[in-house]
Parts: sequence; structure tokens; C-alpha cells
Amino acid sequence: MKEVKYQDIVNRVAKLCIDANCLIGDDIINSFKSGLNIEESPTGKDILKQLIENAEISKNEIIPACQDTGVAVVFLEVGSGIKVSGGELFDAINAGVAKGYKEGYLRKSIVSDPLRRKNTGDNTPAFIHTEIVPGDTLKITIAPKGGGSENMSEVKMLTPAAGWEGIKKFVVDRVMRSKANPCPPIIVGVGIGGNFEKVAYLAKKSLLRDIGSVHPDPFYAEKEKELLEEINKTGIGPQGFGGRVTALAVFIEAYPCHIASMPTAVNINCHAARHKTAIL
Amino acid sequence: MKKITTPLTDAAVKDLKAGDSVLITGIIYTGRDSAHKRLIEALNAKQPLPVDLKGQIIYYVGPAPAKPGYPIGPAGPTTSERMDPYTPALLAYGMKGMIGKGNRTPEVIEALKKYTGVYFAAVGGAAALIAKRIKKCETVAYDDLGPEAVMKLTVEDFPVVVVNDCYGNDLYEEGMKKYRKT
Repeated sequence: MKEVKYQDIVNRVAKLCIDANCLIGDDIINSFKSGLNIEESPTGKDILKQLIENAEISKNEIIPACQDTGVAVVFLEVGSGIKVSGGELFDAINAGVAKGYKEGYLRKSIVSDPLRRKNTGDNTPAFIHTEIVPGDTLKITIAPKGGGSENMSEVKMLTPAAGWEGIKKFVVDRVMRSKANPCPPIIVGVGIGGNFEKVAYLAKKSLLRDIGSVHPDPFYAEKEKELLEEINKTGIGPQGFGGRVTALAVFIEAYPCHIASMPTAVNINCHAARHKTAIL
Repeated sequence: MKKITTPLTDAAVKDLKAGDSVLITGIIYTGRDSAHKRLIEALNAKQPLPVDLKGQIIYYVGPAPAKPGYPIGPAGPTTSERMDPYTPALLAYGMKGMIGKGNRTPEVIEALKKYTGVYFAAVGGAAALIAKRIKKCETVAYDDLGPEAVMKLTVEDFPVVVVNDCYGNDLYEEGMKKYRKT
């Protein structure tokens, strides 16, 4: 068994939280730049320019690009050949999140109970998804997720008769109803298949892909392209002020499902599609 | 690009049209869910407000903590619709403007017409850029609310876009229609 030290996980997670919030990915910045060539609205173009400048300030000064530094969503791929020494894995993740949100001047946005609403003060608990995989490494991805875009997300238990047209209608309608709230230009994560709880996870996980990446299955690559075109016909545009660039990307994640079901989930992400990964 | 200074007069509000890009200089106040609740409770109880909002602008924001040496942390707008239930009463009281993001209810849009007010949007997610235009920040009411306390911000050339003017126009509706392809 390979040993991974508790404190190394804490330190690495803290750094990932800060980096994810302050170092906006080149894939996103490049998509703003290519958006400038497509956008027809002068206000829309101006917003894309402001977002490029915002990302530069954030990177140069190491301050978060957005004040909503989100829930720390954590995806773990735990190699079956590793063992954490000096403490428990989930404790290390939460200690790392608390450290990163404090030391990085990130906003603490978690309340301990949905109705009693007292802030936990350190942005924990992290929302952790774990997979056990072969090998002797620990892969940690931190994807901070803001509230404005998360509130515009939805799960619908479609049935097989709805078909692709039903999925398309649901996804485009969800974007139309969201309008300016999720801070367009957005990234649209779509989960299809699985069951009620699985499909939301699929949609969330799809958001980890880099903008510009092509789905490995040509069937879904085509579907993603079709959805992106439909969404960019809505006219919502950057910040909802009207324009061509409503979404920067659509990502689909599909999974086997029951003969009677075709669950579909839309998880909308804002333009600060934050995620950073480390392998220990 | 139009430039305005706070507090706003009726004449200044009437000069603003949906779609205008505007730079604001002067004082603006922050306020979000909990602060709004308390402001309305004070109004209903006929108690004085902790800050005089007549002619003023409220910015819907919950900034991130400030790094040492910075007056404020990143400070982009939050979603405005959560403040909709409280807004008509504040406009009736004399507040002139709001900065946030996202659609408002028909009641708010109607109140903007009735009381000559304006709703601006700031660029959601451009929080590091926006913070550069905030020169000073002090908590002036409801300390106990932490990041939701009311803060007085001194801003210079704070960039916003007029979404709802005092004539009933709505940039979100009009902009989307203009660029929609069927």
C-alpha cells in the first residue's frame, strides 16, 4: 500500500481551492476571446472584454475572480492501492477547504442547516464525491460552484418516448427561464440516464471538461453541438443583455438507465467554470 | 457612456434609458436579503432607517473578504430577485436606484415608473474588476450580519448598464428579442 500523508492532502486541497478561484483556466479565457468574434451586440462584446480583464486582475493579484467562491465540490479518485496516514481522508479534505478559504480570502458561503441558516464560518463541509479506482494515486479535483448558477439547475424524469427532442426542449427551456441569473455566458452540463440521484451527479461531473474539448462518442459530440447552437439562438447573450454568446459550451454525460426511464439533468455553470486537479 | 453622481435626482433618473452604459461616482450602499428584511421592518414600525436612503442607490452584493491593503474584496452583484418583495416600499420611501443582476418582478418595474427609479445591472462574475472601482468601504449598519451588513461604498466610475428605466423599458426583454433567431 502506498501511503499518502494527511497533511499533504490538507495542503494540496487548500492550494487547489485558491488556485481554482483565482486562476481562471486558459480554456475559458480563450473562449471569451473567440466569443468576441461571434458576438454581434456591442454591449455583449464589452462584457466579454471586461471578463477577460477581470480574469487578468484575478490571476495577477491572486484575488478571486468572483466574490461567490462557492461550495467546494470535490471529486476524488482514490486508488485501491493507497492508504492515508495520520488521519482520515474526508477530514483532510475538509481541513484543506477550511485552510484554503481562510488563507485565500475566499468567501465562506455555507450554512450548517438549510432552515436555521447559521454560517459554518470556514466553508465546510465540502461536498465530496468518491470513486475507488485501480492504482496507487489519489486524484483530487476541486470545483467551487456558485449559488446563482446552481439555483438555475434542474432534474426532470423524462420517459423514453420524449426522445432527443424532449431532452433538447427541456435543456433549452431551462436556459431560457434562467435568463441573466446564472451570469451568462454559461456552460451547460447535461446528464442523461442513470436514475434520479445519478443524473444530477452526471450533469455536475460533465462540467469538469475543458471548453473546446470534444465528447469522445461522436454521437454525443454531435448532440452537444446541436444544443449549443440552439442555446445561442435564444438571444440571451452575455449577462442577458441580448446577443449571440449565451453559452460557451454544452457538455453531455450519459449513463445506462432503466427501460422505463430517461432522467435528464441540467446543471448550469457561470462563465467562471472553476476546477483544478492534483494527483498525489 | 453616461456618467452620473450620487445621490440621484428625478431629473438624473429620467435621463437614463434601458441599454445605457453608465459610470457611477459617489456613495452607494450595500444591502442583501437580511438587511432588506430589517430595513422594511424599520419602515413598517415607523422607525428611522440606520442610513438615509433618500436619493441613494443600493448595491446587492456580498463581497469576499478583503486581502490586506485592499479596501474591499471581490464584489460582483448577486441575483436581484430575492430583494423584489422589499423593493417597492424602499422606492416609495425615496430610494432611487439598485444595482444587481437578473430580472425583476412586474411590481418592481411598476414601482420604478411610479416613483422615478432605475435598476442597473453590474457584470456578474467581474468581481475583481468591479472591486477596483471601489475606493473606500465602511460598515454603517447591522454589523451583526457580517458579510450581509450595510456598507457605505465610495465608488469611482463604477460600471453598470441600465436594465429597467423609469419608462417601463426592460433591456433583458428587448435585448433578447433583438438577437433571437427562430
